[in-house]
Amino acid sequence: MSAQAFTLVGFGPEGWGRLLLLAAGLTLMAALCSFVLGSLLGAVGAALKLSSSRSLRWIGTFYTTVFRGVPEILVVYLFYFGGSLALTRLMHLAGFPGFFSLPSFIIGVVAIGLVSGAYQTEAYRSACLRLERGQIEAGKACGMSTPVLLWRVIAPQTLRFALPALGNIWQSVLKETALLSIIGLVELLRQSTIASGATRQPLLFYGVAGLLYLVMGQTTALGFRRVEKRLARCWER
Amino acid sequence: MDWAFLFATAKTLLAGVPLTLELAVTSLCVGFVLAVGVAALAGSRFAPARWVAALYVMLFQGTPLLVQIFIVYYGFGQIGFLRASFLWPVLQQAYWCAVLALSLNTSAYGAEIIRGAIAAVPAREIEAGRAIGMSGLLLRRRIIWPQALQYGLANYGNEAILLLKATSLASVITLMDVTGLAYRLVSKTYRSEEIFMVAGLIYLGLTFVIAAGVHLLERRLTPCRRV
Repeated sequence: MSAQAFTLVGFGPEGWGRLLLLAAGLTLMAALCSFVLGSLLGAVGAALKLSSSRSLRWIGTFYTTVFRGVPEILVVYLFYFGGSLALTRLMHLAGFPGFFSLPSFIIGVVAIGLVSGAYQTEAYRSACLRLERGQIEAGKACGMSTPVLLWRVIAPQTLRFALPALGNIWQSVLKETALLSIIGLVELLRQSTIASGATRQPLLFYGVAGLLYLVMGQTTALGFRRVEKRLARCWER
Repeated sequence: MDWAFLFATAKTLLAGVPLTLELAVTSLCVGFVLAVGVAALAGSRFAPARWVAALYVMLFQGTPLLVQIFIVYYGFGQIGFLRASFLWPVLQQAYWCAVLALSLNTSAYGAEIIRGAIAAVPAREIEAGRAIGMSGLLLRRRIIWPQALQYGLANYGNEAILLLKATSLASVITLMDVTGLAYRLVSKTYRSEEIFMVAGLIYLGLTFVIAAGVHLLERRLTPCRRV
């Protein structure tokens, strides 16, 4: 059994090792794209929630409440079914008959990115609130314009305060990409399902998939901790 | 807006709420018991016990819940002694597989919350308790646990909300909870926007109920912090 298991997950002609690693790479890509999209949305969301206009704040709150309160799988489904339908309708209007569907990678990245953006909004917002007002006032007193102030005072410190929370959000994004297996993207989990279907070894392949997720998560967590330390160095005295 | 369809959808999907809640509550209770055990291991003076706890937490926090569900649902059938054991009739059912995976998953997060809550009890209060002769269970019952409960409750409430959302994954292994019913309805009617919107609203409603409940419980349990 164990010798056979090694052949199956190995890199030989019988082995699924190469495909699994490629799929893990796709998982990492999807997670990275979703996280970056989420960062952009999070920055916008935090700006909305911290704005002085009540209606903008309301939009920000609506965004975070909805996307943090609804299961991720529903968001993924909504974009999977809804996205294709919307595209098909759009193409029909433009005069192209037939059924059109979006690539599941893009749908997945948008869905997971939106959810992680809601969590990142909270991370950036609370980090921004930890900033001392005095520093912003000091920057203004020195004659910094708003973009310069944002770039030199607000952004670096917000990032530093938000980094531990961002690390946690990255971990959940990485794990949430497993949901994309349901909409047909051949990422790590989907590839393991295919392999276990072909070999009738679900325990082995799902175990290997879990291990690969663990390795990816732990390695990136190490990276995050390094950056945290590196960023903290500027504030050491 | 097709209100008649929305109401019909809501009626269909609300039928899944009992299953969703059942999954969440069962897993929360089983998960809490496991979490207490793991937290006890993590706080033990015996180093290998702490390693076991750390490994447990890392395994269940570091892998996607969906992988865990698949391992239990598809993988456990491969383990010979499990198939032969009295547990097999239980583990054959998708419901219990989902409960098992959800409980194990939430227990890892719960253990961290409990550990943090116990660590947050001020050391001087424990010392004071010891100084007036309290020890063992008395010290825990009177000083440590009530305080830890105050610190940990809000976090455990968040975990309960995350667990409620996580139960939606049980639909992937054929359970007809709110998400499962929504999926089935979409594949029948192709009206995905409305159906998933209603499903989302149901989850949002449940989330608010849990959040309000935790808030109420917190107020009741911490009369001293009320302002």
